[in-house]
Amino acid sequence: MTVPGRDTTADTVRTQPIVTSDDVVRARQLARTLAVECGLSLVEQTKLVTAASELARNTLVYGGGGRMDGEVVSRTAGRGVRLNFTDHGPGIPDTDLALRDGWSSGTGMGLGLSGARRLVDDFVLRTEVGEGTAVTVVKWTH
Amino acid sequence: MTGRREELAAGWIEVVSRTLATRVSRAELDRELHELYSAIVEALGSGGLDTGAEAWTEVRALLVELSRNRARQGFSPAETAVSVFALKAGLERQLDQGSPGDVAAYLTLSRLTDALGMFTVDSYTTTREQIISSQAEELLELSTPVVKLWDGVIGVPLVGTLDSARTQVVMEKLLQALVDTGSAKAIIDITGVPAVDTEVAQHLLKTVVAARLMGAECIVSGIRPQIAQTIVALGIEFGDIVTKATLADALRHALRGLSDADSVRGRGASQA
Ligand SMILES: Nc1ncnc2c1ncn2[C@@H]1O[C@H](COP(=O)(O)OP(=O)(O)OP(=O)(O)O)[C@@H](O)[C@H]1O
Ligand SMILES: [Mg+2]
Repeated sequence: MTVPGRDTTADTVRTQPIVTSDDVVRARQLARTLAVECGLSLVEQTKLVTAASELARNTLVYGGGGRMDGEVVSRTAGRGVRLNFTDHGPGIPDTDLALRDGWSSGTGMGLGLSGARRLVDDFVLRTEVGEGTAVTVVKWTH
Repeated sequence: MTGRREELAAGWIEVVSRTLATRVSRAELDRELHELYSAIVEALGSGGLDTGAEAWTEVRALLVELSRNRARQGFSPAETAVSVFALKAGLERQLDQGSPGDVAAYLTLSRLTDALGMFTVDSYTTTREQIISSQAEELLELSTPVVKLWDGVIGVPLVGTLDSARTQVVMEKLLQALVDTGSAKAIIDITGVPAVDTEVAQHLLKTVVAARLMGAECIVSGIRPQIAQTIVALGIEFGDIVTKATLADALRHALRGLSDADSVRGRGASQA
């Protein structure tokens, strides 16, 4: 499986643990900081920050906590921000279902995961039942 | 420790007051530390060296009070712990003239001081945390004003990063303000919100529905271009909720609604 944004010159990785709901806010702030550093436009920044918010909250609520690793990456066509969310929670048994608009196993709107995918340029979901979930997203400058 | 009581206590107070200098009065320090000193001597006499034991209850209570006061007065953990650790300095001075027996006693008392010092830092931290979380709550209250924009129209400007707790507080306040002011319209302005995700949107939608059940209409204003695009990409639908680009547009819409309602009731808009 290809990991988006790999094979690029990587900046330093910054990590935000996701353990409390305050950490979701901090993850969002780190995403914003990286987006600004990378030079994403205001619209792109807002999209990335919102995706980070969704994925961080899923990590907390469904994954039972985890972490976000973020970095500025570059390729020939430009730079981007890569965010990696990992948890060691229950995993997602049916990813097609989880990625369906409006489907939630809880009381959410069921738009976080599918919406986050639409908000970024690259989206990779890896999950294993009983092992955990990792979501990697990249937003590139255009 | 009993024998050279005054000497030791004086040395101790000396060191502490040098560190805390002008920020605690000498008289207060004197009282605080003498009280503590007596309690320690008493505990040592009756109950051995386990600072968690019953005999040390009084000492622990005094230390909790001391660290609580220091935390409230804005002292650092180090400045707080010095009150206990400085006891060692006083002891060391006595040691210079002491016998080998004194050295053993010093080491024992030193361990004891460490245990009490750690206890002090712990209770300091607990107090700090309490202070911080109550400040956070106060901020939450302060940062979510509900204002009366017009007779019958209230407004809630949302500013900053919204987490679930804050959004919930705002929404509850808004619903209460509708009742308290007898208003029929509420404008939620999100100009100052950097991002709207599904959680915030869900709170917004729930509030609008709840307000509707109360016979009031909510208008969401201040939806900036980047927020609008993000909401669309996320797939959130605001349905038949009235949204406006600016607060002025929203107010105009609200007032129009009110005057329509007024003319239906046969009241002039000028009275509103
Ligand atoms: N990290 C994760 N670990 C386990 N399950 C997950 C994880 N992330 C998402 N899921 C599952 O996928 C479903 C869909 O997620 P999604 O974020 O789209 O919706 P939601 O969180 O339920 O609601 P919303 O995000 O709209 O408030 C979740 O209800 C949950 O069952
Ligand atoms: Mg979600």
